[in-house]
Amino acid sequence: MKPPKFMYCDPDSIEEAVALKSRYGHDSLVLAGGQSLMPMLNMRLANPEVLIDINRVTDLQQITRDGDVLEIGAGVRQSVLETDPAVAAAVPLLGLVVPYIGHIENRHRGTVGGSLAHADAAAELPCAAVTLDATIVVQGTAGRREVPARDFFEGFMTNCCAPDELVVAVRFPVTPAASGSAFVEHARRQGDFALASAAAVVSLDAQGNVASAAVGVGGISATPVRATAVQDALVGGPTATEAIAAAAAAIGDSVSAADDMHATGVYRRHLAVTVVKRAITAAVANAAAVERNGS
Amino acid sequence: MTTTENDSKYDSDTRAVTLRVNGREVTRQVPTRQTLADFLRDDLDLVSVHLGCEHGVCGCCTVLLDGSSVRSCLMLAVQAVGHEVETVESLSADQNALHPIQEAFAEEQGLQCGFCTPAMVLRTKEILADGQERSDDEVRNEISGILCRCTGYQNIINAVQNAGRKLRCGGSGTCATGHPGGAVGTAAVAGAETDAVTDVERADGFDGPAGTTKEA
Repeated sequence: MKPPKFMYCDPDSIEEAVALKSRYGHDSLVLAGGQSLMPMLNMRLANPEVLIDINRVTDLQQITRDGDVLEIGAGVRQSVLETDPAVAAAVPLLGLVVPYIGHIENRHRGTVGGSLAHADAAAELPCAAVTLDATIVVQGTAGRREVPARDFFEGFMTNCCAPDELVVAVRFPVTPAASGSAFVEHARRQGDFALASAAAVVSLDAQGNVASAAVGVGGISATPVRATAVQDALVGGPTATEAIAAAAAAIGDSVSAADDMHATGVYRRHLAVTVVKRAITAAVANAAAVERNGS
Repeated sequence: MTTTENDSKYDSDTRAVTLRVNGREVTRQVPTRQTLADFLRDDLDLVSVHLGCEHGVCGCCTVLLDGSSVRSCLMLAVQAVGHEVETVESLSADQNALHPIQEAFAEEQGLQCGFCTPAMVLRTKEILADGQERSDDEVRNEISGILCRCTGYQNIINAVQNAGRKLRCGGSGTCATGHPGGAVGTAAVAGAETDAVTDVERADGFDGPAGTTKEA
């Protein structure tokens, strides 16, 4: 239960980190918060020739508001997202999602970019990124490119980065003030991986019907799922309990997770519908509260 | 894979690290792959850092890094360079007196085998820093990152709440809740600016393998 031998590199600039990544490619792994990689190193499930520690790259640790975009550096700690008022004001969903990531001891070290790059389908930040139409900024030897979150997650624990690329930031569109956000997760125990989780951002029109809806679901297939069928069923319709339940039922078809040691596929399907229904209901309630308070 | 010329600065398997541990500056030569937990235990003899699972599940190796709780088995020692690490050994400047948090754990029987206790005590120190009272459910949530296999947690929750009362009193008579004060030894916790932990003769006075230890 000790890490294997590796060449330890701790660059202090993005450029040097990228240079190392391009030089060593598949022989290297990037160490950000370490909350997923360190267990794999300790258990010898990962055995990189080179470990590129990006914790000294201060350029990756910035949060900047750029008009209607909130850009969060890949090295920002998850616990910072939880408490940063600028984040809460710009993208309320993030503050709701982050407390579900592991335990606080993990979030004090775990990073935003690390969680996205790790691409765990049950993880909270990937689900939020897909729900919010975030853009993931990736840098390699050829320069920077921006990848929509929906294209970034390619499969089970697989992102679209080339061997010479690393995640440097994630750009979230600022959530319109007149909307409600909510996140619901079901796990066997506080801090465990989600059996199913759902994020929802909803806005209402003057009649109180659904004007727009974004719904994302985690833990039900190889990547986070954007529940387009659910959204389509909601938009333009009422917020009555039956309407939400009918729309939520559409998520069942997106559940591809088979039986595993945590849950059967049938149970996960049932759970997915339930968390989606609850997330939408809570988001609608939050949106209605915003309307009442006239903000 | 061959390393190139410009990476020669990364060639070595060991590094000199300088960090502050329990209020004192420490410099050691460590393997780059050594975890912070092993460094604290093996090099500095701070064996309150308990290794249960060594992959971030049990929380028994929790230490405070710059005041925030982290799992020391999921960090490399080289990553702690320039940081301040606190283990439970720092809590009582006077080694013959318990810290109020430790007293509370003893009074409430918040420990049985003691394996999770150092982590629980440090986490308690961290969460009580806001001076707020907390409900059972709040405490239960806040300590959920550390596993205890003896107590069933209820006595730990009682201990956290009791410690909160002690700390709010500050040993100065009575607090707003009418809780009698007293029985609070050294409520002031050794901060980075004090050199409260200077008992170099103690067994855990960092008299580990060769290295240099500078007094803060």
